[in-house]
Amino acid sequence: MRKCSLDKLDLVFAEIAKNAELYLPVDGSDGGAVYQKWTEGTKRSEKLNTVKSPKDFFFPQTEDLMAFKTEGKSIDVIDTRKAAEDFVVFGVRACDVKAFDVLDRVFMVEPQDSYYTTKREHGVIIALACNKPSETCFCKTFGIDPKEPMGDISAWETDSEIFFKANNEKGEALLSKLSGLLADCADDAADAQKEKIDAIMDKLPLKGLTTEGFGGGKTEELFNRPEWAELSESCLGCGTCTFVCPTCQCYDIKDFNTGNGVLRYRCWDSCMYSDFTKMAHGNNRLTQKERFRQRFMHKLVYYPENNDGLFSCVGCGRCLAKCPISMNIAKVMKKMGGKASE
Amino acid sequence: MQTITRQTLLDKAVSLLNSGAVTCVLGWKKGEFDYDITPAIFRSAEDLEANFVWNDFCGANFSKYLVAKTDRLDGKMLVFLKPCDTYSFNQLLTEHRFDREKVYAVGIPCEGMADIAKIKAITGDGISSIACDEKISVTTLYADAPVVIDSKDVLLERCENCKSKKHVAYDELLCEEGETIDSNRFDEVARLEAMTPDERFAFWQNELSRCIRCNACRDACPACTCEKCVFDNPKSGVENKAPANSFEEKLFHIIRAYHVAGRCTDCGECSRVCPQNIPLHLLNRKFIKDINEFYGEYQAGEEVGSRAPLVNYTQDDIEPGDVFNRGGDNNA
Amino acid sequence: MQVKEFKPLIVAFCCNWCSYAGADLAGNNRLNYPADVKIIRVPCSCRVNPMFILRAFQRGADGVIICGCHPGDCHYTSGNYYTRRRMATLFSMLDFLGIERERTRLEWVSAAEGAKFAATMNDFVEQVTALGENKRLEDLRCKR
Repeated sequence: MRKCSLDKLDLVFAEIAKNAELYLPVDGSDGGAVYQKWTEGTKRSEKLNTVKSPKDFFFPQTEDLMAFKTEGKSIDVIDTRKAAEDFVVFGVRACDVKAFDVLDRVFMVEPQDSYYTTKREHGVIIALACNKPSETCFCKTFGIDPKEPMGDISAWETDSEIFFKANNEKGEALLSKLSGLLADCADDAADAQKEKIDAIMDKLPLKGLTTEGFGGGKTEELFNRPEWAELSESCLGCGTCTFVCPTCQCYDIKDFNTGNGVLRYRCWDSCMYSDFTKMAHGNNRLTQKERFRQRFMHKLVYYPENNDGLFSCVGCGRCLAKCPISMNIAKVMKKMGGKASE
Repeated sequence: MQTITRQTLLDKAVSLLNSGAVTCVLGWKKGEFDYDITPAIFRSAEDLEANFVWNDFCGANFSKYLVAKTDRLDGKMLVFLKPCDTYSFNQLLTEHRFDREKVYAVGIPCEGMADIAKIKAITGDGISSIACDEKISVTTLYADAPVVIDSKDVLLERCENCKSKKHVAYDELLCEEGETIDSNRFDEVARLEAMTPDERFAFWQNELSRCIRCNACRDACPACTCEKCVFDNPKSGVENKAPANSFEEKLFHIIRAYHVAGRCTDCGECSRVCPQNIPLHLLNRKFIKDINEFYGEYQAGEEVGSRAPLVNYTQDDIEPGDVFNRGGDNNA
Repeated sequence: MQVKEFKPLIVAFCCNWCSYAGADLAGNNRLNYPADVKIIRVPCSCRVNPMFILRAFQRGADGVIICGCHPGDCHYTSGNYYTRRRMATLFSMLDFLGIERERTRLEWVSAAEGAKFAATMNDFVEQVTALGENKRLEDLRCKR
């Protein structure tokens, strides 16, 4: 484990930014935190987390795939990819880091998604432990420990110091470049901070939320439950929950007619939309109830069924904070699943 | 704080439900925390007793739900309407979007609703409880004592600039008849109008660039009740789902605001629900302000059956070319 | 290196019953107006949806002009009155977003006004040329 004092953190950032683009959460003009490129003088946000998740770094909301140009009878396929460059993301929370695991299992299995994989290979994640979890946090429900964020490098912050620990070769390589600025320290140096985090986790209002009653193999049991109708009753069908979610990975591939060619791009899609997975006969989920059910069944049943029990919710709480009508996965789990073990 | 109590509303709902006058109640349902309140349909007195809430966080405008929820409904639905909600209610009636006979509307007073984002800006994150009495008292995980806030300091933008305390539609009113208010709601629009075009462009570029095209502004809007929105129609050529670039953002927001121009009651739901805090109401208010100035004062939803200004005309309307030459505006 | 002269692309929505014939008359009378004006014939100026105007800008127009019948002369009695309200509010909104107000215009041109048509187009092209390329409502994907 290595450390430096917080007032030297800007020097660390400057050192990192010499070799790669560095992104970190800063306060946006509307008050919400947003990932932004670091330049001299950039002030780090003190907010717990960003409004949008960091999945954008690897799986952007819109991404050009290729372009076509026709001339006479020939079609030119144009590669629109840019050369990937190394980048570092600082300040990713434990939940969002875990979300990358969820995405990896979708995009990095055969056939690999080269757009995603390339960015993943070029990005280094510096994860930061959560000193002040919010009331909307429930990462522990999914077995995530906010005091032990994974990522390529884990970091802990106290009032005066910041500690770093590399978790793999990529992380080690970055830390070794910073050796001039960081001092070696004992592996238990951040333990006091970890204890503080634990103490707060015990006070969170959603600490009793359990995954009991969900998981692979529960489809039959949950699919036709009457509660779906009540839960989805006031859902507006907007895509807020899916677009702020760090694990939602559905996308649509579309062709855009530019007037002088075709641009093929992909963009996030939302199972909440009426035209999601539209087929020749229309959408097979006719009402908002079915679309609503799909989202939660996917996170809590279908995904774990196909991925060794891993849930595709990480308890970041973004949908709890942002849903226009405050209907969310925590309410669904309480209503449909096992009771909280208070 | 609110002047009417939860108990009054609850008693009203339970008695109407028990008497059979209504078969269900559209109301606010308590959430996990004290502020995350969900619109819900209550069908039993027990459910109401257990889950119905009324406090400073009941901002949601119910009017739009009437379109979908009263379709094929047996009997009547009780709906509680705050003054601003009644304007949307009338506007939907004007557009024949629901059956008035299926609704029993109870007008309730509103002292303005609180914005949780503004509260969190004061108290910080980690709210463990909020008590709404005379003042709003917020307990957090990180402060020893509760933070006491005057509800007037944390109002939603639309409530800060409340345009009316008057109920323009109801079957029954649980308070005194209110009055419309001379609000300052156009001040911010006027401030932008006084900027140079470059400044305005920079302002909107910054605001709209945050858009994630979640469509919440559209889906929460009581004036947006098309069965199939042009932005959801793959054949429209503009259904791009995501804000691919700055043109897309502008296209979506201009068309969204334009589509409701003349019909928008300025209920402010679009800005309230925006996850990115984009001041979308300013676009709508710009249209309202222009319409007032070009064609005479008009408040959508004030009366049922009024003809919206953009589906109306007079023979001597202002020419588009003269719009910018009305004096006082010297930013060309 | 020679700087390429900027030639604006102008889209003109012309009503079938008046200005489209006006354009014809301008042609018959050998009145000059720039070839950069691309005319789209519409059954009435009222047919022009605000989306059309934005789409024209998206596909590379530097200016958009709508030409309809003089107030009172609409072939369908009142179409142009609606157009007038629509365009007044739309142009004002575009201006509110900081988009140059000189890029849009509404003009009344009758079938007999060939000279007015040519003069209007010359004037509008000149006005848009002075503004330069449409940057504020451009779609980068559509750039050639």
